[in-house]
Amino acid sequence: MNNVFYLLLRRLRVPFITMIVVYSISILGFVLIPGQDDAGNVWRMDFFHAVYFVSFMGTTIGFGEIPFAFTDAQRMWTLLMIYATVVAWLYGIGSMLALLQEPVFGRLLRRRSFTGEVAGFAEPFYLICGYGVTGRLIVHKLANRDIRAVVIDISQDRIDDLEMDTLPIRVPGLCADAALPDVLDDAGLQHPHCIGVLALTDDDNSNLAVSIASKLLMPNRMVISRTEAEVTTANLLSFGTNQVVDPFEAYAGYLSMAIHTPYKHLVYDWLVNPYHRPLSSVYQQKQGRWIICGFGRFGRALYKAFKADNVFITVIDSKEQNVNQTEQQIWGIGTEARTLEEANISDAVGIVAGTDNDADNLSIIMTARGIKPKLVTVVRQNLDANRLVFRHSGADFVMEPGRIIANQIMAQIKTPLLPAFIEALKEYDDVWAHTLLNRMSSVVGEDELESWAFVLGEEETPAIKMALEEGTIIKMKVFLKDPRDHSQMLPGFPLMLRRDDDIKILPGELTELQMGDEILFCGLSKAFTQVEWTVNNYNVLQYILTGKDANNTLLSRWFNADQ
Amino acid sequence: MNREKVIFAFFIVLALTLNFGFFLGEIDKEIHHNVFELFAALVVSMICTVLKFGDRTHLGALMLATSLVADLQLVIAAILWGFAEQISGGMTGSMMSSVVSLSGGALLANIISVILLVVETIVVRR
Repeated sequence: MNNVFYLLLRRLRVPFITMIVVYSISILGFVLIPGQDDAGNVWRMDFFHAVYFVSFMGTTIGFGEIPFAFTDAQRMWTLLMIYATVVAWLYGIGSMLALLQEPVFGRLLRRRSFTGEVAGFAEPFYLICGYGVTGRLIVHKLANRDIRAVVIDISQDRIDDLEMDTLPIRVPGLCADAALPDVLDDAGLQHPHCIGVLALTDDDNSNLAVSIASKLLMPNRMVISRTEAEVTTANLLSFGTNQVVDPFEAYAGYLSMAIHTPYKHLVYDWLVNPYHRPLSSVYQQKQGRWIICGFGRFGRALYKAFKADNVFITVIDSKEQNVNQTEQQIWGIGTEARTLEEANISDAVGIVAGTDNDADNLSIIMTARGIKPKLVTVVRQNLDANRLVFRHSGADFVMEPGRIIANQIMAQIKTPLLPAFIEALKEYDDVWAHTLLNRMSSVVGEDELESWAFVLGEEETPAIKMALEEGTIIKMKVFLKDPRDHSQMLPGFPLMLRRDDDIKILPGELTELQMGDEILFCGLSKAFTQVEWTVNNYNVLQYILTGKDANNTLLSRWFNADQ
Repeated sequence: MNREKVIFAFFIVLALTLNFGFFLGEIDKEIHHNVFELFAALVVSMICTVLKFGDRTHLGALMLATSLVADLQLVIAAILWGFAEQISGGMTGSMMSSVVSLSGGALLANIISVILLVVETIVVRR
């Protein structure tokens, strides 16, 4: 911890010794060299005067020959010693300045202040490794929800970005390799208030190292990791990583769902993605043959997902290692009309431009639309900097892996019930999803659909706990009444009730609640802030239940007893 | 052989011997105590202190502490000497004995330093 101080002392050893030696020689000289007093007698300077004289000579504060005018021998010595002392001072000050400007020293200072700041955190925070597209989105979303975060990234540029980004709360960042355990430790891995570790670097090995370190040191802490290879996914899951997100697989599943079950897809989109598409945007008639350009990691994941849903696929790729991996494959990049025609684009329903080159991808969809304007187009965006071009590309889906992962992780962070609900969604068909979507739409319109969850108990719903203990029957509708006027309903409804691993989708308003129930709601975020009153304040709850303002003061009880 | 250790040992033993030389003699007799020896003891002791800067071992920290104690005592002794000669109007027996006893304190600190040095040398098994 005292690295900085020790480094400073160590570096200043030589200048200090030089100064001590020069000063002592110079003092000794003045003591030894004979002088003359004003009466012409031989006079020797004593140590007191010598120290005094050298002190002001060395720092060149001023000059005078004390206590008597010097003899020539004294002057010669003074001449020599002026240079010696001034050089010693310059050397000392120079080394100090050089040390302060050294990058190592600056890094140590920054690391120290970072560690100090993190150690001082008194509220829950997330430790985020990697401030790329995903990391940045998550930090911003967390900050907007007033949740603190700590960032580690290996590149100083990204840490500079973090400092430039205007966030509502301060997020400390450190430029260091997150794969090193002591860096993680300094960033609060073992801090009692750290609630989760997010390994989001673009290097699978680093993510693995972060997850392992976290699970070894704090086995109960939530760990979410990003990965791009199946081997790493299996490895991460083997030691209990809470969530593993693969951007390509995630997007392939997302797209496949959009084609197969458009309404279910929209429900998913509304729940996890704040900038969800409007209800009217559901695409019909996507069943048919699809063309995938690029058969890299993304292409393969997509191929697998589409195959599982029995969609016909034609693959276009020009890389040698990808030749003849599938039954229907065309040789080429897909940017030329000839290749696309060879792939029989006229009877395809959609095209996925999934190469790792942004310019190629844009060119593919533009060429394809030139041939067949009604084609459904999906384009992969590799670089965040190209966002503007892609937004105006007119493609039906723009695939940004970073955003997908961020949304998935935020869903997990918001409440673990949300992923459980999405999992349960698979059991239902698209017609059911359409009904649900209509219900959601009637509640929130085209605004952002927010979801939130409660666990009935002391911590989150103290008022309800009190009421339940008194034997009051609490029904689901309590959560949906406006605490300002109990005849009004809040814009929201329950999505799911989990009681001892039993899952009930869309529970009714009259469901009776028990302690320990976990309930997931969706609706407008303003409903959530109102519900907070009901669950936390006993009096508000009584008002909701009975319609009367329950005052529990002695005075009001006395008054009420009279009536 | 560690060059840094040799230099440090040299200075710390030199500080001890110079200090001892100054301390030797009747406590209140000015002619028994040489002012140059006090000066040399002070300078060498300060160099010893700086040499221990940045040593992160436990023994290093202890030596830095004893060295600082010796410095403190010697500086006070030197100031006292200057005060007696220049301000209070000449060295007296009582002043001299104060100076020498302060240097005696510094001597003790120097002895501890040397003991620590010996301990460190014995502990290192190389």
